[in-house]
Amino acid sequence: MMESVIAGLSGLGAGGTYLFTQGLPNVVMLAVGGTLLYLGARKNVEPLLLVPIGFGCVLVNIPLSDLMDQGGFLRTLYEAGIANELFPLLIFVGIGAMTDFGPLLENPRILLFGAAGQIGIFLTLILALALGFPELEAVAIAVIGACDGPTAIYVASQYAPQLLGPISVAAYSYMALVPIIQPPIMKALTTPAERVIRMKALKKSVSPMTRLLFPIVVTLVTGLIAPKGLPLMGTIMLGNFMRECGVVARLTKASENEIANVVTLFLGLAIGGTMEGNAFLKPTTLAIFGLGFVAISLDTVAGVLFGKLVCKLTGGKVNPLIGAAGISAYPIAARVVQTQGLRYDKRNHLLMHAAGANTGGQVGSVVAAAVMLSVLKGMGLI
Amino acid sequence: MDKWTFGITMMIVGVAGTFLTLWILSLVVDLLKKAFPLAGEEKPAEKKPAEEAK
Repeated sequence: MMESVIAGLSGLGAGGTYLFTQGLPNVVMLAVGGTLLYLGARKNVEPLLLVPIGFGCVLVNIPLSDLMDQGGFLRTLYEAGIANELFPLLIFVGIGAMTDFGPLLENPRILLFGAAGQIGIFLTLILALALGFPELEAVAIAVIGACDGPTAIYVASQYAPQLLGPISVAAYSYMALVPIIQPPIMKALTTPAERVIRMKALKKSVSPMTRLLFPIVVTLVTGLIAPKGLPLMGTIMLGNFMRECGVVARLTKASENEIANVVTLFLGLAIGGTMEGNAFLKPTTLAIFGLGFVAISLDTVAGVLFGKLVCKLTGGKVNPLIGAAGISAYPIAARVVQTQGLRYDKRNHLLMHAAGANTGGQVGSVVAAAVMLSVLKGMGLI
Repeated sequence: MDKWTFGITMMIVGVAGTFLTLWILSLVVDLLKKAFPLAGEEKPAEKKPAEEAK
């Protein structure tokens, strides 16, 4: 009897004993989880993602809780929506439902800013290869530069699931840091005269039919060119078609509210579940964070330099600052451009042009990922 | 294929493919706008001078 009581008592506090004897990685990750919770809850840094990720990180690093073992709560979420890429795609339906492509449709050439804003992805791929990452891992890391959380998660979960945790956290952290990363680069690469260029206001020229057909046409064109990215583009355009057709308001609202909210919670918890100490605390994690920073910086450099080129080609009609908005972080990047424009000329409102470039960046990031996956398929690597 | 060949190929094809795809999309949007122009009644009404003064 006494032996069984002692055996039973040994089960109590076993987690604490483990933590203080051989659980240093878990202790460090508990601190990391706490930091993510602090940043999300108190500093308002991407709280919708960082709070569930941080809490998932705390949960999975409490020893012997088995949450990520087969049948565990976090493992079940992971298998249900990340291993099969469902969660990021459901979030994309919501993003499509929330996005107004109007400014982009008013000036379609601005889509090219969305292409320039992805050049950093491809340069970072080279850097990741130089650091010794295998091909598929390098691709997954480079996609952080898309500044597009769901796309980064989609590619990582498919081709580098062992790096999903650091890639996801890096992607969302750097998205939140766009207002800090971009302005110094924008200032360094532009002249005072370029920063104060005023752009003509956009005239309303897009019919409801064009807005309605846009998501269908984008899906068809990108699907035919880069079919491996169709799940990404198809879902974002489904959401946008529902928004523009106006007859499924309930579905649109559900996509941008209830579905997106529930999936964001599950997605964040499951990503946090991948941040177990022994798996997360590796030199590769630091390298991923470094490369993510480089990727987003290079995207900004490429975007602004492309803006300068367009400025020259148009005889000074385009403010190069809007090139920085050609990334996917919507609407953060557009707001950064507007703020910087006003900083140098208090009457220079660049928001609508920047919003066009920013939505171009949304499309561009998905196209870049789709092109990468299709090229990988063409090379026989996936 | 060695990793440098892979990286350079991916960069060239990737950047070119992204630019080409988005350029094609911009042309298609132009075509859509020409095929389905904004009808007169959908255009925003011109503001009267009195309204602008407000």
